[in-house]
Amino acid sequence: MKISFNINGEPKSIDIEDENSPLLWVVRDMLDLKGTKFGCGKAACGACTLHVDGAAIRSCSYPIKMAAGKNITTIEGLGTRENPHPVQQAWTEHVVPQCGYCQPGFMMATAALLNKIPNPTDEDIDNNIVNVCRCATYYRMRKAIHRAAELTTVSKPQNQ
Amino acid sequence: MTRKRRKKNVSRRKFLVRGGLGTLGVLALGTFVFRNPIRRSVFEMAETLVPPYDGTGTEANLWFEILKDNTIVLHSSKVEMGQGTFTGLAQIAADELDVDINQIKVVHANTDSGVVDGMSTGGSLSIASLWQPLREMAATMREMIKGMAAEKMGISIGDLTTKNGVVSGGGKTLTYAEVATNVTEWKVPDTPKLRDRSSYQFVGKPISRIDLAAKVYGDPIFGMDAEMPNMLHASVIRPQHVGATMKSADISVAEKMPGVVKIVKQDNWVGIIADSYTQALTAKRAIQVDWDIPKMWTEEGIREMLQVGKGDKMICQKEGSTLDTDDSNVVTLEFSSPIGAHAQIEPNGAVAHVKDGKATIIISTQVVQITQKQVAKALGLDMENVNIIPTYLGGGFGRRLNTSHAVQAAILSKEVGRPVKYFFSRKEEFQHDSFRPPTHHIMKGKLNENGLLASLEHHYASGDVAINSVLLPGAVNTILGTDIGAARGGNIMYRNIPNHRAIQWHTTLPFATSWWRSLGLLANTFAIESFMDEMAIKAGKDPVEFRLAQLNDDEMGKRIKAVITKAAEKSGFQEKPVNGRAMGFAACVDAGSPCAHVVEISIEEGEIKVHKVTCVLDCGIAVNPDQVKAQCEGSVIMGISAAMHEKMTLKDGQLYPTIFGPYEMALMRNAPKEIDVVLIEGADVPLPVGEPPLGPIGAAVANAVKRLTGKRLTDLPLSL
Ligand code: FES
Ligand code: FES
Repeated sequence: MKISFNINGEPKSIDIEDENSPLLWVVRDMLDLKGTKFGCGKAACGACTLHVDGAAIRSCSYPIKMAAGKNITTIEGLGTRENPHPVQQAWTEHVVPQCGYCQPGFMMATAALLNKIPNPTDEDIDNNIVNVCRCATYYRMRKAIHRAAELTTVSKPQNQ
Repeated sequence: MTRKRRKKNVSRRKFLVRGGLGTLGVLALGTFVFRNPIRRSVFEMAETLVPPYDGTGTEANLWFEILKDNTIVLHSSKVEMGQGTFTGLAQIAADELDVDINQIKVVHANTDSGVVDGMSTGGSLSIASLWQPLREMAATMREMIKGMAAEKMGISIGDLTTKNGVVSGGGKTLTYAEVATNVTEWKVPDTPKLRDRSSYQFVGKPISRIDLAAKVYGDPIFGMDAEMPNMLHASVIRPQHVGATMKSADISVAEKMPGVVKIVKQDNWVGIIADSYTQALTAKRAIQVDWDIPKMWTEEGIREMLQVGKGDKMICQKEGSTLDTDDSNVVTLEFSSPIGAHAQIEPNGAVAHVKDGKATIIISTQVVQITQKQVAKALGLDMENVNIIPTYLGGGFGRRLNTSHAVQAAILSKEVGRPVKYFFSRKEEFQHDSFRPPTHHIMKGKLNENGLLASLEHHYASGDVAINSVLLPGAVNTILGTDIGAARGGNIMYRNIPNHRAIQWHTTLPFATSWWRSLGLLANTFAIESFMDEMAIKAGKDPVEFRLAQLNDDEMGKRIKAVITKAAEKSGFQEKPVNGRAMGFAACVDAGSPCAHVVEISIEEGEIKVHKVTCVLDCGIAVNPDQVKAQCEGSVIMGISAAMHEKMTLKDGQLYPTIFGPYEMALMRNAPKEIDVVLIEGADVPLPVGEPPLGPIGAAVANAVKRLTGKRLTDLPLSL
């Protein structure tokens, strides 16, 4: 069947047999956007987090049929080296990643959190950022999340 | 065989010019250096308990390449799994090469280049082991370029200077790339004098990670992201029960499912190859396998096997006399630690292409060359015909010190004559890990009339860490008679105690156990340092003073004292809880790096909450202090995760849990909000960083709990 959606601002149509195929594999293998990661396939780690209509979704457990007509954003569409998203800028300032594998998922989860709660408290962060990072970069992540909030609220847009 | 081939290549004088490195190559030049930086005698090893990660006859070879735009490409023999090695290596090289850090690009060497490390990336030894050879090679390369520039410019070499990748003299300049252009014969000088520390521009500076942008913008740098043209996808069925073997598999339904290209039955596994991953996965679920399960293992069964007093005994440390078991003044406490999973987020897997007697494998691995050997052997190919291309690792932690699954990918590819990508499901990751072995410890001690320890004994039982690992030749274990991985942190560092002993009991368990970041250190330090605190309390002494009094004054003793003193001072350590918050102290020395922690905890809603950790590490030269700190922060939180949350168990013959969540790990909310890392440079070389800070955390938290509640916790994961 044919399913259409917008991804990173561009309209896309794909032809797929199994409408229950997880969005993750469509994004990674059909659209060749490898920034969204596979970690567990069971909505348990958050490595596959991306945005569907602005909300953080664990794409490994999100059937592609549900994406029809929606706006999807992946890490590739969050920001670029030339025009980073505040979350990416904060992550860079605080040198957050170690192995880096979980990081796109965390950054997408953070960006969605900041849409919802522009200035999250530590408790908001604890309750909403529940992905798993085995390198345990949480200490710097927390700082980076606060910094991203600051960047978002202080200057908008900040990348003229 | 390789040994010979390598020997030929690694002549100190040999200099290689290569053309056409694909997209990279415009102009390539390189040089080899042979070194064996951590080759120690086995006996020395037994004493220091540094596992011989580089084994015998291993060399740290590196290869530079100069591109036309004056970029220097460093082909790293060590892999980047998050520890920041690429950044540190770039800093070290830049200083001796006289180039700007931004001119250096670091890539993984593949086996075709001939410059991979013979053994592994592990043991926190990447920077430590390459420190000397990399500087020597970079300096040699700089002098070679200068010498050539002198010829080309017609200026004496003494009148030339180098800076930012440019040679200058007599009013003329040439970039390194210009110097190298069209040169086929190079003169290799003797190793020049290395830079003085005071003139380093990059070493010792908190340079931002050179792989940072790739990781912030989601570049496809991991093994999981690799693809080859015309590639198929596969999934694999493995036994779920410990020790199970496959009797038969019914693939009749799966074979006919959409997208399925081929189903491959092997000895103890089935591979399903399909056009897409989801198709392979769907077909996998339709296969019925009949397993032979010889025994339904249980947790009790494992604990029964794994006890002090059972298995192979080895006295690792022996000073003075043994404690008299009838002595009523002897204090005895038992401790235990559970089976631990690696749980790295990037699953294991590989992309393989086997065709016309050649195999190419793209893989996240810590053992590039061992994987090459395994594939060559399994496919009956010459090593030369197997190219292993390592990628960035989505976490290593020791899990990828065995990546024999590359063989499965290769077999599947061979079966269809096309590239095949496959990776473990999360359940397979949890059930087919090479786990951190469970441990059992008995600590015994006796105070003298001054309230100091007259005797201290650590008796411990562990499953395999180094024994049965592909990394260590069996002979090493036979000579040592002990599992040197399980022994990490097992010896008593308080050498002033007149009588002390460390005795290991080793048992091979029915499931694979092996290297897990910091090896035995986590559990051993938990037992020893918990007991030290217990004895300090019994003696009515301050735990810091109590420890200091029992360290000797040799070089290591002094370095341990320094981290302990600093940690106490920096944290404002105090014994008594204040406002419901208590502090806990613990220290260790791991592979030459002493480390001390002070934690601050409270108990909230029945759970231990860690608020702050002060971590003092003596790591010698911190090549990149910011990344050393990042390693400390990560180790501290991973230590909290392992010591307070994680636990695998055996139930009905299977290892559980099989998913994150039920396998409880530290999340954002469990991470301390304050981590104060203090680095001490107690040696003039870089020392291991990525594991020592995992050691003291369990004991530090347990010691704080004792001071807050009066209760001594003796089992990991800690629970009230
Ligand atoms: S891969 Fe989707 S949550 Fe783990
Ligand atoms: S940075 Fe490695 S898992 Fe998060």
